[in-house]
Amino acid sequence: MSRLGALLARETALAWGKGGGPLVSVGFYAGVATLLPLAIGPEPARLAAIAPGAAWVGLALASLLSLDRLFERDYEDGALDHLVLSPTPLELTCAVKCFAQWLATGAPLALAAPVAAIALGAPLNLAPLVFVCALIGGLAFAFTGGIGAALSLGARRGGLLTAVIVLPLFVPPVIFGGGALASYLAGLPWTSGLVLLGAYAAAFVALGPLFMAAACRNALS
Amino acid sequence: MIPAPAFLTNPERFMAFSRWAAPMFGAIAVVLGVAGLWLGWSAPPDYQQSFTVRILFIHIPTAWMSEFVYACLAVASLLSLVWRQVLADAAAQAAAPLGAGFTLLTLATGSLWGRPEWGTWWVWDARLTSELILFLIYLGYMALRASMDDEAKAARAAAILGLVGALILPVIHYSVYWWNTLHQGASVFRSGGSALAPVFFWPVILIVLAYTSAFGSLWLVRIRGEVWRRRAEAAALRAARG
Repeated sequence: MSRLGALLARETALAWGKGGGPLVSVGFYAGVATLLPLAIGPEPARLAAIAPGAAWVGLALASLLSLDRLFERDYEDGALDHLVLSPTPLELTCAVKCFAQWLATGAPLALAAPVAAIALGAPLNLAPLVFVCALIGGLAFAFTGGIGAALSLGARRGGLLTAVIVLPLFVPPVIFGGGALASYLAGLPWTSGLVLLGAYAAAFVALGPLFMAAACRNALS
Repeated sequence: MIPAPAFLTNPERFMAFSRWAAPMFGAIAVVLGVAGLWLGWSAPPDYQQSFTVRILFIHIPTAWMSEFVYACLAVASLLSLVWRQVLADAAAQAAAPLGAGFTLLTLATGSLWGRPEWGTWWVWDARLTSELILFLIYLGYMALRASMDDEAKAARAAAILGLVGALILPVIHYSVYWWNTLHQGASVFRSGGSALAPVFFWPVILIVLAYTSAFGSLWLVRIRGEVWRRRAEAAALRAARG
């Protein structure tokens, strides 16, 4: 247990350390949310119609950004070899790494998401749901994204490749979260989207580390 | 494991088998394809779609093939990942571009059919969207394979991705349907239960069989090419060592 705690502390420290990775993600997210009205036009009615969806898609893109740091750095400096050799199962190690990724990137982005949605014109009462969706969706993005990050270890153009592999895996959470937000705004029952989003996140928290560990072992073999 | 026939696992026996099987499947494909096209061409125009219905004779089979090829790729990935069969890996590698081709053909023929019938090239309907995502998955698979220099690593990474894709495809399919029904209710574009008339049914079935056979032939040819390439590489390495 203390090993896992130490690993979590290490991952969080690395994420928050030099360069302030999470802040860069939030900055990127703010940039996307700023570019959008510039491209679409400033009419409040038009912006308000797309605000929840735009805030949600920006979140998925911002989660992609920091994925290449999840395994790549440890792979390059040899720390991943040590993690494989440790008595902790590699699957558990991968799960902790993704969890730390969620704490470091998903949580700050979840705080930024309601702000972006409201700035684009979403009503104030949508903010709690945006936050909850972003928090759960961030978990799904971290654990599906980890699969792509682990698979593209040792490949050329790793970052871009990760995005190409991971984007199809982002389709269901984007749909479920966007659906929950849209039906909440339309006054329809919105819980099914949130529940499906949670189910998807839970499935990948369970299954994702198996694929990640297999991919890491393969990259180091 | 299930005892696989030796002509599919042993490269020597496979080469001997595919030597005659590939042309045979090709010939079957030509015969069935010509018969299906002839039947389709002589079918009466549909009372609503008139002659545009003929696009469907090639559209429905490509759509079917795009998913069938992914199933083949996933099974080959499993065989290569779990039982480390060399030929299974070559088979998965050979299937991906064929599947991507069928998917692209499906999107293109569907688009050509949609323009006169729906009045639009593209609509964000559940079926269209999940076909597009299937195309993206094929692209990701090929990109992953192409971007690794170490072939053994590329093979295993690609096999893992192939299995992840097989796991995720039904979920994507379901989620896209959920999204579509959420946004636009019952879609007019859904083929609502109306079974095809026999005069349209038989050309489609014949062309499905022709495509399957053509895929079998092309697949075998591509696997043979892959086996030859690996042999040539091994020979070059031996020659370099002196």
